[in-house]
Amino acid sequence: MVNISFGSVSISFLDTLKALFGSELTNQSWEYIIWNYRVPKAITAILAGAGLALSGLLMQTLFRNPLAGPFVLGISSGASLGAAILIMGFSLFTGLLTSSLINDVSIAIASSIGSFVVLFLVIGIASRIKDTMALLIIGLMFGSITAAIVSVLSYFTNAESLQQYVYWTFGSVGGLTWTQLIILSSMILLGILLSVLAIKSLNGYLLGENYARSLGVNLKKSRFIIIISTGILAGSITAFTGPIAFIGLAVPHLTRQIFNTTNHKILVPAVLIFGSCILLLCDLVAQLPGQATVLPINAITSIIGAPVVIWLLMRKRKMIF
Amino acid sequence: MEVKGLNIGYGKKIVCPNISFSVDKGECTAIVGINGVGKSTLLRTVGNLQSSLGGILHIDGKSVREMKPHQLAKKISLVLTEPVASKNMTVQELVALGRQPYTNWIGSLSTVDKKKIVDAIEVLELKELKNYKCFELSDGQLQRVMVARALAQDTDIILLDEPTTHLDLFHKVQILKLLKSIAHQTKKTILFTSHEIEMAIQICDKILILDGVENPFDEPCKLIENKSFESLFPSETVQFDGTTGTFRIQK
Repeated sequence: MVNISFGSVSISFLDTLKALFGSELTNQSWEYIIWNYRVPKAITAILAGAGLALSGLLMQTLFRNPLAGPFVLGISSGASLGAAILIMGFSLFTGLLTSSLINDVSIAIASSIGSFVVLFLVIGIASRIKDTMALLIIGLMFGSITAAIVSVLSYFTNAESLQQYVYWTFGSVGGLTWTQLIILSSMILLGILLSVLAIKSLNGYLLGENYARSLGVNLKKSRFIIIISTGILAGSITAFTGPIAFIGLAVPHLTRQIFNTTNHKILVPAVLIFGSCILLLCDLVAQLPGQATVLPINAITSIIGAPVVIWLLMRKRKMIF
Repeated sequence: MEVKGLNIGYGKKIVCPNISFSVDKGECTAIVGINGVGKSTLLRTVGNLQSSLGGILHIDGKSVREMKPHQLAKKISLVLTEPVASKNMTVQELVALGRQPYTNWIGSLSTVDKKKIVDAIEVLELKELKNYKCFELSDGQLQRVMVARALAQDTDIILLDEPTTHLDLFHKVQILKLLKSIAHQTKKTILFTSHEIEMAIQICDKILILDGVENPFDEPCKLIENKSFESLFPSETVQFDGTTGTFRIQK
């Protein structure tokens, strides 16, 4: 709610509460701003924070690698490729200024197509290889390929398109309509349900793959569920908000440090809550309360998040994983 | 457990052919042999972590290969040489993971599960350590925790890959004696690989010697009678002394 009350147009906290609980406001436009801009933005931040943090946790446990995040399978690179092709490639090949075609919705569609193409490629490969670590490398390789294509595109494109693309990569939790929000929240819900189903096998993975298998975990099936769930979470979030960095990598670490456990029955709900709180907080800071400008959220997540993680690690002197 | 004419290896390459042995409930059996002969490969094959390259591998008359992971998890538990991925678990939490084959979809522990965990912790004398994190333990303590986890899994067969490596003499003997008493008291089949041939001779009910050719399997004293240990190492370096059951270095 504090998040909702801050923004370019300053609306007092009391008035925000009034608007949210249905009382008449003296200023009609305030009510409009709150219901059609600020509330969706806050909900997006909550959903995106929770989803990214959860997919980060899934990847770190699956790969037993503290550096893994929601995007190690190349999901965000796929999304950036989709967005890049739409924004830069389109004007490049048709030679037209197609700004009328490029808006939030078409970018969301292009980036979700991109991320799901990459995801399906990775799943296809995952079913053929046995080694999970090889999958990690393959995800990284996909990232390199897409990054290369994006740089080629940016080299040839015009300044305006390049700026638009870079602006997309900053990430933003604003600008979603209620319909988009419903789509996003049902995807997140599906992702969370799948992860809950995987909690038992995730705990088995803590011992390593061979032990997990000896405990009766069906490795192929559980790996598939975990990858699909990550794909749905990270893919749909990236499609609507752009690639929001850091949350997925850092929140699972913060949560492990604070709760001092590796049990996913505690970690899964905890990262959901922490993830949404932290992204909400970052969004609040990005607003620069009292100012008219809004900072890119990607910069804020890292500026706030990185020192917190460093501080926690230094205080405990030991990384918990 | 019955093994007949089993070939083990990776891909198409057979590491060790024609292995045959059978072990009964309550027996403690060691697999010995030189480095690279396929001791761990055999153990991994029996535990179905890798597939066999021909031959018969049956448990209670059923083929291991045809068992589903969750069925096999109630028959065989493992203690491997690889370190656990996350050492930030308490001893109790790690032992509790042994109950996974029996718990519901989200892994809640029933009263039976909790009792088995307490029992396993007690048998391995880990009561004082049960709230310690695994990274705080010594190698010997951690090995006992891993055995406790396997015991909590409550399977007929426990497979251990080199349970005595990195341990000093006292802890080696401690682990092996524990394995033997577990086998005899709980009527479980225990099968482990080891380089401690002299200790295995004193402790185990049966020994399988992997030499890649005949792979003799019998009670330790009969293997000594048949001079099976003598061809294990090159005789110009070490020689087996049948009267004491020890190896002597040739000077």
